[in-house]
Amino acid sequence: MKNTPFTMFHVAAGARMMPFAGYNMPIEYSGIKDEHMIVRNGVGVFDVSHMGEIWVKGPDALNFIQKVCSNDASVLVPGKAQYSCFPNGKGGIVDDLLVYFFQPDKYLLVVNAANIQKDWEWLVSQNNMNVELENASDRIAQLAVQGPKALQVLQKLTDVDLAAIPYYSFVVGSVAGVEDVIISATGYTGAGGFELYFYNEYAPFIWEKLFSAGEEFGIKPIGLGARDTLRLEMGYCLYGNDIDDTTSPIEAGLAWITKFTNNKNFIDRDLLFAQKQQGVNRKLRGFKMIDKGIPRHGYEITDASGKIIGTVTSGSISPVLGIGIGMGYINGSLSNLGSEIYISVRNKLLKAEVVKTPFI
Amino acid sequence: MNLPENLKYTKDHEWALIEGDIAIIGITDFAQKELGDIVFVEIETVDETLAQEEIFGTVEAVKTVSDLFMPLGGEIIEKNPALEDSPELINKDPYGEGWMIKVKMLNPSEANNLLSAAEYKALIEG
Repeated sequence: MKNTPFTMFHVAAGARMMPFAGYNMPIEYSGIKDEHMIVRNGVGVFDVSHMGEIWVKGPDALNFIQKVCSNDASVLVPGKAQYSCFPNGKGGIVDDLLVYFFQPDKYLLVVNAANIQKDWEWLVSQNNMNVELENASDRIAQLAVQGPKALQVLQKLTDVDLAAIPYYSFVVGSVAGVEDVIISATGYTGAGGFELYFYNEYAPFIWEKLFSAGEEFGIKPIGLGARDTLRLEMGYCLYGNDIDDTTSPIEAGLAWITKFTNNKNFIDRDLLFAQKQQGVNRKLRGFKMIDKGIPRHGYEITDASGKIIGTVTSGSISPVLGIGIGMGYINGSLSNLGSEIYISVRNKLLKAEVVKTPFI
Repeated sequence: MNLPENLKYTKDHEWALIEGDIAIIGITDFAQKELGDIVFVEIETVDETLAQEEIFGTVEAVKTVSDLFMPLGGEIIEKNPALEDSPELINKDPYGEGWMIKVKMLNPSEANNLLSAAEYKALIEG
């Protein structure tokens, strides 16, 4: 099992540690609900150094990215980031990712930890354009500083005007005197804030500076448990739960990152275009519990008669709403917003309603 | 780790306070810490008679669902009504306000199968 450059800090802070995607990661510190609310109302720091970073370089970098990604990277300008996914050639998804545009011959792909090797092999297998691929995952550390007070904390450590970085944009600058930190106005919480990328050797220094700067704002380290409840309240997909090699981006509600414009040709274009034109039978939807109960990954979704119409892919209690919320694939017309569906919890059918996400 | 001497314990991390033929039952301080924030307790077995080690309910933390097992066989005569709206009482006071059920025991000698505080401590510190 791998450690991140921050593992010693998590252990020292008394985190509950668990293996995740081959890394020894903090699941919770003070408690998932407490950590969740710290991020919603203040500022929290996630160690997400397990995420993968793959550079794509060379004159055909854009062409390659246009081929392997569902979203249209041709609309990016330097300093912009974009959410995208890798279609797998069979209508499914290899991974979801962020594409960072540095300059016309240089892009950074940020991928899920559990998929680094799979993504790498996939990209290498699709590289008939002689682009330069570099897997920098083991050298790059990442912290997500999230919450409404994240900007105030980070601004103490940098001359970069953080308020001037639009959402899904980034600047390469100095943080706490460390040069060439990627400061990205992105995140997986919906709470605002930044993600910072830097080389491993600066990790302990940046961690200490960040927590000193954040002390007056009540900054706290946050575990993967709250990361999951925060993203679920926003209705963000988690690879391996809500999307995988068997789910199409159209079924998953990711048509907004599946672009057929600008003559964009890409893996699975025709298949996904047909799905978009003709519609799909099952759709990933958010739902909230009307009856008291908590939906969980793998629970069955039924209609009022008990007929199975789908499966829960993510579920939890919403710390903000105080009720059970979830996402799942629903077949047929009961995927329409407002539909009454039922979740099979320990052989009981509990009523739920299909709702628009985000949940909060 | 808080392990009151006057309680009996199970390997499944329940405790029982035995007074005559009545046992008050909950989960241990160790269990609540392991589970983390408890957000839902489901006990639908009131008035049922269950055997030792049968499932009497379910406790849900943010990320996990766990069954609750009868430390002793008997009739469930009461459940803690406060847990409906305040399941976090189990985190705050697992041996007090976070109690779960009261059981009228069928066979009080079953208590002999349970662990003492010292034996339970040895188990969790394994």
